[in-house]
Amino acid sequence: MKPPKFHYFAPQSVGEALALLAEHADEARVLAGGQSLVPLMNMRLVHPGVLVDINNIDELAYINVWDGGVAIGTLTRDATLTSDSTVAKRLPVLRDAAHHVGHPAIRNRSTVGGSIAHADPAAELPAVMVALNAEFVARNLSGTRTISAQDFFKGYLTTDLKEGEILTELRIPGLPSRSGSTFVEFARREGDYALAGVAAIVALDEDGTIADARLGLCSVGPSPVRPQAAEALLRGQRPDAEAWAAAAAAVVSILDNPLSDIHGSADYRRHLAGVLTKQALATAAERAEGNR
Amino acid sequence: MQDEDFMTIRLKVNGETHRLVVEPRRLLADVLRDDLGYTGTNLGCEHGACGSCTVLVDGQSVRSCLMFAVQANGHEVMTVEGLARNGEMHPLQQAFWEKQGLQCGFCTPGFLMTAYELLQHNPNPSEEEIRDSLSGNICRCTGYQHIVEAVQAAAQTMASSAAVPSGTGA
Repeated sequence: MKPPKFHYFAPQSVGEALALLAEHADEARVLAGGQSLVPLMNMRLVHPGVLVDINNIDELAYINVWDGGVAIGTLTRDATLTSDSTVAKRLPVLRDAAHHVGHPAIRNRSTVGGSIAHADPAAELPAVMVALNAEFVARNLSGTRTISAQDFFKGYLTTDLKEGEILTELRIPGLPSRSGSTFVEFARREGDYALAGVAAIVALDEDGTIADARLGLCSVGPSPVRPQAAEALLRGQRPDAEAWAAAAAAVVSILDNPLSDIHGSADYRRHLAGVLTKQALATAAERAEGNR
Repeated sequence: MQDEDFMTIRLKVNGETHRLVVEPRRLLADVLRDDLGYTGTNLGCEHGACGSCTVLVDGQSVRSCLMFAVQANGHEVMTVEGLARNGEMHPLQQAFWEKQGLQCGFCTPGFLMTAYELLQHNPNPSEEEIRDSLSGNICRCTGYQHIVEAVQAAAQTMASSAAVPSGTGA
């Protein structure tokens, strides 16, 4: 359980890091918080020849107000998301989700960008980003491009990120004034990978009906699930138990390949996804009503 | 310079500065234990699941099995050996002893460092906050109840001893 040999670089800027990634091409891996990569190395499941440690790149650690929402530097720690006042005020769903990432000692190191780039299907933040219509900024030596969260996640531990690119920023649009959001999940033990998790955002109209609802689910497929049919069912409805039940049924009906393993069968995960969808929507709607 | 097989690093551990030469692949936990002799830091699972190797880096709890020693270069590390002062146990250590917050003791350093960080930020935590904070540390002996009681007792001791010097005010 000791990591194999590698060459180590700790650049101070994104430019330096990109040059190293280009120079070492397919041998190099980016080391962010290391809370997934280092266990994989300890278990010898991955053995990169070169590690480009981005922990000293201070320019990647920030949370800024952006276009009514927030722009988050990818080196921002999950612990920061749980305590940041801008996030708590504008995007409680992000704070709620970050609290479920591992444990305090994990969150002190784990980064928001690392979670996105690693794309573990059980990870909370990718599902939240999909629900929030986030877009990600990736940079390589020749420039930057933005990718929508929806297009970024390609499958199990697979993303649209290309060789030589580093994720630098996550841009999350603001939510309408009369809206609420939350993230709920079920895990066997606090801090374990969730068997299912749901991010919900509900926006209400003047007359109290649902103007818009968005959902993002983790742990119920190879990548985050955005159940748009369920969202469409909710628009124009009263925010009540009947609407939540209809949306939950629509969610369950599209989940065709949840993981089945020692922790829970596919059927159980599907069931949980429905229950958690109802809970998340109810809490998000309550918060929306509080934000009149 | 940085792509040589070995790197010279400087680690401040419990206030004492060490200069040493390490391979980048060496985990902080192994360097603390094997190179520097801070064997209070125990390695349980070596993949970040058990919490036994928890130490503080710049005051924040981290898994020392998920960090390379070269990443701690220039930073301050605190291990369980740094808790006692002048031969006197820290109130947390005293409380773990008195409340029997340990049996075999293997996980105890990780629990102590995690609880130490909690009480630094939150001197009067609720039971739920204590359990949430300790959720990343696994103990196979105690059933946790006595550990939670020990943290509560330590919080009380630390609050009352902190209140003495400032007790002259209004």
